Amino acid sequence: MSPHETHRTIDAIWRIESAKLIAVLTRMVRDVALAEDLAQDALVIALERWPDIGIPDNPGAWLMTAAKRRAIDFIRRNKLRDQKYDEIGRTAPLYKEDDVDQLLDGEISDDLLRLIFMTCHPVLSQDARVALTLRLLCGLTTDEIAHSFLVAESTVAQRIVRAKRTLSVEKVPFEVPIGEELNQRMAAVLEVIYLMFNEGYSATTGEQWIRPILCQEALRLGRILAEIAPCEPEVHGLVALMEIQASRLKARINAKGEPILLMNQNRAKWDHLLIRRGLAALERSRKLGRPLGPYSLQAAISACHAEARSVAETNWIRIAALYEALARLTPSLIIELNRAVAISMAFGPALGLQIVDELNKEPSLQEYHLLPSVRADLLAKLRRYDEARSEFERAASITRNTRERELLLQQAADCGSGTYKFQDLCPGLARF
Amino acid sequence: MRFMIIVKATTDSEAGVMPSQELLDAMQKYNEELLKAGVLLAADGLMPSSNAIRISYPEPGDKPILVDGPFTESKELIAGYTLIEVKSREEALEWALRMPDPHGNGQGELELRQVFEVEELMDNPDTLAKESDLRKQIEEQKKA
Repeated sequence: MSPHETHRTIDAIWRIESAKLIAVLTRMVRDVALAEDLAQDALVIALERWPDIGIPDNPGAWLMTAAKRRAIDFIRRNKLRDQKYDEIGRTAPLYKEDDVDQLLDGEISDDLLRLIFMTCHPVLSQDARVALTLRLLCGLTTDEIAHSFLVAESTVAQRIVRAKRTLSVEKVPFEVPIGEELNQRMAAVLEVIYLMFNEGYSATTGEQWIRPILCQEALRLGRILAEIAPCEPEVHGLVALMEIQASRLKARINAKGEPILLMNQNRAKWDHLLIRRGLAALERSRKLGRPLGPYSLQAAISACHAEARSVAETNWIRIAALYEALARLTPSLIIELNRAVAISMAFGPALGLQIVDELNKEPSLQEYHLLPSVRADLLAKLRRYDEARSEFERAASITRNTRERELLLQQAADCGSGTYKFQDLCPGLARF
Repeated sequence: MRFMIIVKATTDSEAGVMPSQELLDAMQKYNEELLKAGVLLAADGLMPSSNAIRISYPEPGDKPILVDGPFTESKELIAGYTLIEVKSREEALEWALRMPDPHGNGQGELELRQVFEVEELMDNPDTLAKESDLRKQIEEQKKA
């Protein structure tokens, strides 16, 4: 193996092992920044030695041992003379040398769960939670994170340093919360993962609609969480939602990079393996026997589309009912808008338009481009083409996505020339 | 990126001999590891070729010829597969290397194959160039 190949192999091993290393080390030293440094030290040792001695048979265990040795050295030194960490030494039960090698798989899972609760802690800003989670749990480099969010590397680096400092200053404990706090904190974790997925799925600004790396990382993290927190129905709900949405990734854009809406997608291009996985995850959520939460409901809506062979064969009545249940759990004007579309598909555009016209009075929705775009489509279906055209134009003037603007202007032009095809379900609904 | 780790058949797997408990345990542990790493998409074991049917087209345009199993050349047959989703070829290889020797009788053989996927956006040179332009713009705006 050439040194270059060895390095690439070490990168791959790092990706598999880094989160576990950092999680276990955080438990030992109770400081996530220090834990990451120690894990990095182990990586440096591997980079120095492995090109000479070859990749060990069990590289994960090798790294873990090297990292733990560093941690034990640190703890010893720290006990002797470092006053700074003295408090940690007194208040937190630190590992003794004998128990470090006794860790079982289950305990590593527990440590990973504690780590994700830490990186998604509400004390951090949303941006910081996402960056820190990508870094510590997904093993992405600062550069990769910067690349996927189209921001400067220094910005991400700063964000991560500050986040780690905040966790330390605020003395955020390395633990799985219990009772009512567990629900709230779990919701925060799921929010971070879904935010990551969404950022990848449809970029809010710029030219590009899909940044696959973030979708993949979010999915992977969701799948991990489903194994380490199997009794949380909403974890499975979120995984189901992401699997089903990801199943459409390749059907969502044409060769020119333009978006194709759900109605027009070639369903044969959907990834049926991911759909099956999504349906299975939804079933896991249902089987836990608790009322469906917001992610499970959204996944159930998504599943209605995934299971339908065509738009016409879609169970719109069920979708409308699921939106109603969702609106009851998390009242929102946007869900109401989606319900309006489902109602229009189930019972005709006139009924849908009634709801949309009510929403149109909401001041908070004036800058929301999907509202005029849905309204335009319903007006066109009712053959009120002039009104439809001006609504499409209004939608185009509001959206920040270049590709979407082009599509909306095209639809406005089609209304003007009488060639508008009722292709457009509405991008918002297409999400579930 | 998706990869398929193909487990080749052996005389044992073709004869329907069940793997040892030890091997079953090791495989289960391995699958759990894949699950917990969030990389496992699907995995299955196949029945021996004794109940397989081979469909071949010796004369293009003519009807196919059907041949019932079992088939003899076990090295050419597969006994199972594991489908994983990873970030790089190296990561796929690393996971493949962690799979236990599937037969433990000297005949064990795996084959790692990449799944052909529709061109990814990120691999498209045009998109990459556009994105890099956009990044430059953002950097410059920051400086300004």
